[in-house]
Amino acid sequence: MRVSLTVNGRHRTADDVWEGESLLYVLRERLGLPGSKNACEQGECGSCTVYLDGLPVCACLVAAGQAESREVRTVEGLAGDGRLDPVQEAFTECGAVQCGFCTPGLVVQAHDLLNRTPRPTDAQIREALAGNLCRCTGYEKILDAVRLAATRKAATP
Amino acid sequence: MKTEARPSVGAALERVEGVEKVTGRARYAYENFPDELAYAVPVQATVARGTVLAADVDAVVRLPGVIAAVWHGNAPRLAPADNAELAVLQSDRVSYRGQYVAVVVAETLQCAREAARLLRIDYDAEPHDVELRADHPEMYRPDRVNAGYPADTELGDPDAALAAAPVLVDATYRTPAEHNNPMEPHATVAVWSGDGLTLHDSTQGVSALRETIAPLFGMPPENVRVISPHVGGGFGSKGAALPPVVLAALAAKHAGRPVKLAVTRQQMFAVTGYRTPTIQRVRLGADTGGRLTAIVHEAFEQSSRLREFAEQTTTPTRVMYAAPDRRTAHRLVRLDVPTPAWMRAPGEAPGMFALESAMDELAVACGIDPVELRIRNEPAAEPESGLPFSSRNLVACLREGARRFGWAGRDPTPAARTRGRMLVGTGVAASTYPVYRRPSRASARCDPDDRFTVRIAAADIGTGARTILTQVAADALRVTPDRVRVEVGDTALPAASLAGGSAGTASWGTAVVRACEALLEELDRRGGDVPAEGLEATADTAEEVGEQPEYARHAFGAQFAEVGVDLDTGEARVLRLLGVFAAGRIVNPVTARSQFVGGMTMGMSMALLEESVMDHEFGDYLNHDLAQYHVPTAMDLPDVQAYWIEEDDPHLNPLGAKGIGEIGIVGTAAAVANAVHHATGVRVRDLPIRLDKLVR
Repeated sequence: MRVSLTVNGRHRTADDVWEGESLLYVLRERLGLPGSKNACEQGECGSCTVYLDGLPVCACLVAAGQAESREVRTVEGLAGDGRLDPVQEAFTECGAVQCGFCTPGLVVQAHDLLNRTPRPTDAQIREALAGNLCRCTGYEKILDAVRLAATRKAATP
Repeated sequence: MKTEARPSVGAALERVEGVEKVTGRARYAYENFPDELAYAVPVQATVARGTVLAADVDAVVRLPGVIAAVWHGNAPRLAPADNAELAVLQSDRVSYRGQYVAVVVAETLQCAREAARLLRIDYDAEPHDVELRADHPEMYRPDRVNAGYPADTELGDPDAALAAAPVLVDATYRTPAEHNNPMEPHATVAVWSGDGLTLHDSTQGVSALRETIAPLFGMPPENVRVISPHVGGGFGSKGAALPPVVLAALAAKHAGRPVKLAVTRQQMFAVTGYRTPTIQRVRLGADTGGRLTAIVHEAFEQSSRLREFAEQTTTPTRVMYAAPDRRTAHRLVRLDVPTPAWMRAPGEAPGMFALESAMDELAVACGIDPVELRIRNEPAAEPESGLPFSSRNLVACLREGARRFGWAGRDPTPAARTRGRMLVGTGVAASTYPVYRRPSRASARCDPDDRFTVRIAAADIGTGARTILTQVAADALRVTPDRVRVEVGDTALPAASLAGGSAGTASWGTAVVRACEALLEELDRRGGDVPAEGLEATADTAEEVGEQPEYARHAFGAQFAEVGVDLDTGEARVLRLLGVFAAGRIVNPVTARSQFVGGMTMGMSMALLEESVMDHEFGDYLNHDLAQYHVPTAMDLPDVQAYWIEEDDPHLNPLGAKGIGEIGIVGTAAAVANAVHHATGVRVRDLPIRLDKLVR
């Protein structure tokens, strides 16, 4: 089947998509957007987190057909006008990035948290990120990054 | 052209590939798309022991989209390998459940998966044995254990010393099988062109992988190129070549197409290694003042039928404490199980759980503070070898940790403190990890625009190697790091040792320093002029590394834990974890802290969460995904802090650095278990500490 959708603001079409194919597969293997990672393929790790019509989802659990005519935003679409999003900036600055495989999912999840809750408490950050597994960092620096991004976003309306 | 710059080593240089990673631009192994690409999906054995009688490959190759189906009956022949795990599809024997018995190559992943599912394999199954028992009749003493250590050591008469000791601890500890579970599953894109093979592979060492793969396919190493710029974690599991990369190369060769093969999370539990389960008996004899007179530490472990991998579980006991009479031993049994391999601090992590738990039991038995007990047993030289320590600051770590943690005045009485509906306790344990250094090569190049390029086939698996080598090179060249570009992860670069044994910084750092020194010398000879075509110098540290004088070189640390145990459910949570480490010079405080904290978090996870459960009936790991194999989330460790004591150790390498990738996981589980005992009065000697072990 043919799937048409908007990805990072651009209209995209994928042909010969099998009905059981995931949105993650279409993004990574058909549309040249491998930023979203495949680490468990069953919604446990959050590495494939993308926005679907503005809500964060595990792209591995969304059938590609469900994304028909809808809007997807991936980690590749967060930076605008050659400038990193404050969340991306804070992740690199704070040392929240190690192997980088969980990073795209965490960046999207943290981006969504700060959109909904601009000044989150530590408990809110931990809860929001609890579905994104990281095996390297122990999460401390990721929390630092989210706090820093929140502060910066609050300072620049 | 030479400029003086402030030292970069010791500064918090930001991760040089950070922007690539936060924008999704960093390319990992599976994200390569050569022309004519096909997808490979393995078929795994559904019996734990037996033979493959037949595989109906003809039926699946007729399916639309299927390009090839390969089993031992039609697989390309490989040259014999020392490691029988790598003789993929070369015989009809099945040695463990989940072993590769076939592979299907198809135009799409979905097609390959469906064909792999449909491929009918007939087996002649035999009864299997997958249960590790200390009294297993086939237990034997391996010649050597991992990293080349002797299996057994003995000094004096430990049995007599134990019999005569006024205080005796005799306890048996168990640690479960654990799986590394890096976030990036193992993946390979294999491309043949003529006699050459290119592998985009998720590996901890491109040079080592090339040296292993090339002879299997009857090629000289230079015919194989391995490319691996970004690796999504490894923790040991991507150190040595594994069946998946061989299968990908073999499938591509047979199919005559480039193929990509990603191991799924579930498949990883059979084919990408794991930490062996251990059964360990520790006996400590001491006087009433807690001074050790005898130490005996014996470990029982498993390996597969295919390969002897004997973890060096009791080796830290050869290093830690003074005692005149002592013995360490390893016993191994070969079972019908997947092959265990390296997982972060193989040996030290399980071994120090047992030793440091036993030390806590001794502290309780003697009525001595556990920090003080360790200080009392500090050796003057390495206890078994008698070699002087190049530096040893365990006592300083214990004291500094106790001060920062607020240890003073701790009431040792177990089960005496509550906070809300929790029993609360604290515990301490020591850490140690050896300092290794391996030969490596590097090149350093200067171009007329005064920019420098350093090349080394090192691996950055998330450690920050690319970043710290940039700092090391900048200092050696006496320039600012923004003028230095470091290239890693490609066999087209000078060959280097793999990322393992916490030896990256010491090994690659030495090579980078020597290459930069050689370049500066050459520049000096030319009066500082850089020719239009640039100038390059190389270094090989084989001789330097081979000639280092004999010292006992180890990093040390102290870990303090506070736990809360729910009075109603028995659930244990770590409330606070604090570690102090002495690991030589710290090159980058940000990446170093992450290594320590990440290791400590994995140690907490070892204490409370991680356990691969062997299904004795079927012979595979039952909980083979991240829903059932638990790793920590952001909710699981509210407070973790790492500190270090700077050491000036002249006997290590030009950087004065010890390794830091693994020591953070060593001792953590014992600190947590000791805190659980302090909180509840229950001594849990088998990990992980689940609530059913605390609810009575």
